[in-house]
Amino acid sequence: MSNPVSSLGHWSLRVVQQLGRMAVFAVAMAAAAVKPPLRVASFVRELYKIGVLSLIIICVSGLAVGMVLGLQGYHTLVRFGAQHSLGAVVGLSLIRELGPVLAALLVIGRAGSAVAAEIGSMVATEQLDGLRMLSIDPVGLVAAPRAAAMLTAMPLLTALFIICGLAGGYISGVGLMHGDPGSYMASLRANVDFHGDMIGSLIKSVAFGALVGVVATYRGYASAPTSEGVSAATTSTVVIGSVSVLLLDYVITALWGV
Amino acid sequence: MANVAMGEPGTKAESSGAVDTPPVVLDHVRMEFGGRRVIDDLSVGFPRGGISVILGGSGSGKSTILRLIGGLIRPTAGRVLIDGQDITDLSERRLYQLRRKLGMLFQGGALLDSSTVFDNLALPLREQTRMTAGQIADEVHATLAAVGVSDVDRLLPGQLSGGMLRRVALARAILRKPGILLCDEPFSGLDPASTKRIESLLTGINRQWGMTMIVVSHHIPSTMRMAQRILLLMGTRTVEGSPGELRSSADADIVDFLDEEPGTAPGMAKE
Repeated sequence: MSNPVSSLGHWSLRVVQQLGRMAVFAVAMAAAAVKPPLRVASFVRELYKIGVLSLIIICVSGLAVGMVLGLQGYHTLVRFGAQHSLGAVVGLSLIRELGPVLAALLVIGRAGSAVAAEIGSMVATEQLDGLRMLSIDPVGLVAAPRAAAMLTAMPLLTALFIICGLAGGYISGVGLMHGDPGSYMASLRANVDFHGDMIGSLIKSVAFGALVGVVATYRGYASAPTSEGVSAATTSTVVIGSVSVLLLDYVITALWGV
Repeated sequence: MANVAMGEPGTKAESSGAVDTPPVVLDHVRMEFGGRRVIDDLSVGFPRGGISVILGGSGSGKSTILRLIGGLIRPTAGRVLIDGQDITDLSERRLYQLRRKLGMLFQGGALLDSSTVFDNLALPLREQTRMTAGQIADEVHATLAAVGVSDVDRLLPGQLSGGMLRRVALARAILRKPGILLCDEPFSGLDPASTKRIESLLTGINRQWGMTMIVVSHHIPSTMRMAQRILLLMGTRTVEGSPGELRSSADADIVDFLDEEPGTAPGMAKE
């Protein structure tokens, strides 16, 4: 039986090794993405699968989160007589934090897992080896367009999530709780700063998009060529992706205050 | 595992002397997976322009040999030489260049399942040549016609029968007219008519283009008909020779192996 210290050492080495491989994979993917031939059709197809097919889940979730924020915010603010600030509370919560994070978590669950499963099944059926034998780099053909589409779709989906959330907050705070519509919009406009809040939100969503794109494609690419391997790749994409997004969110917030 | 050189005197069955430098050579190759030794000190050369068949039980390392030759995996020890070039330590970039000399027919076809047959074949031409769309279409249709499946170009691989899928995969493998063609279990899961069709296609391509073919097979009747040389992997022993030499061998293991029905030889999994 190995002792706990030795096991911890082995585990740490494996983690560092995996991180290193993922970093090398990310660099190779970035290089392949800008190297001719540019695979525009493939990129657009993946953008449709990752972005357009996520629209409903993003809109419904954004609306629901906004409505909850509106209700909770109203009940809390009314105790202090500050219900006129509801727009600012809902807006800042969504733009600075909840929008980028929740949109990323939703995209991981819907599209990230699908990307990992798709690439993993290509590994299991030797499709990637088939490409290698044709002297075609699967990183450039298969992984890079998917990661680029993820990077592009994430800020757009985040923006949509925030818009739906603001609408949800308005519906519950103004429509259901009979708050003042003018105050809602005025506090929103007065307190949301374009540079501090909107750009910060954009930076977060781009960082999350890059992270999720790398994690999903790498986990699929490095999966074992079995059905169990595909399943493990899908699960690990959701788990690693979600935890990484939350940790990165903290790092970005702590370092740059956005 | 013994060292053998196809085209040179084998360990068990005697064979004729070498007439040309083999385009594919495995030199003292050892391959381990997770500590399990699959190939142990194998040295073999495959003759240029000939059809060499690798026979052996499941887990004997037949497909591993093809993957080593294709550079898809690297040996634990030893060297793999393609046209005299050691590919063991080549970078992935150099391997992509070298693989232009190789074609590979995978057991499951390995076609991109979300692309049509036409796009599967057109892909390497679009990626690696300056051919126009019309030239690519002509080349793809000519190659599909050569393997007898000219009317399936708009279908997805999942819509093809097993025999058709194998022929489309063969068409993709020979599209760039490689000097060396690797075939992994080309007859597995096929009915007798499809098996004969694939067999005649392979022998026809070999005769017409003089491709060096290395075929992994469980199918002994086809092997005996098409092979010029056979490499027989039997656990710790490796035996090499022509079909006639192996058929006339008095070695009990060889006789047992060759007399079994396809897929039921000792240690072989039924397909």
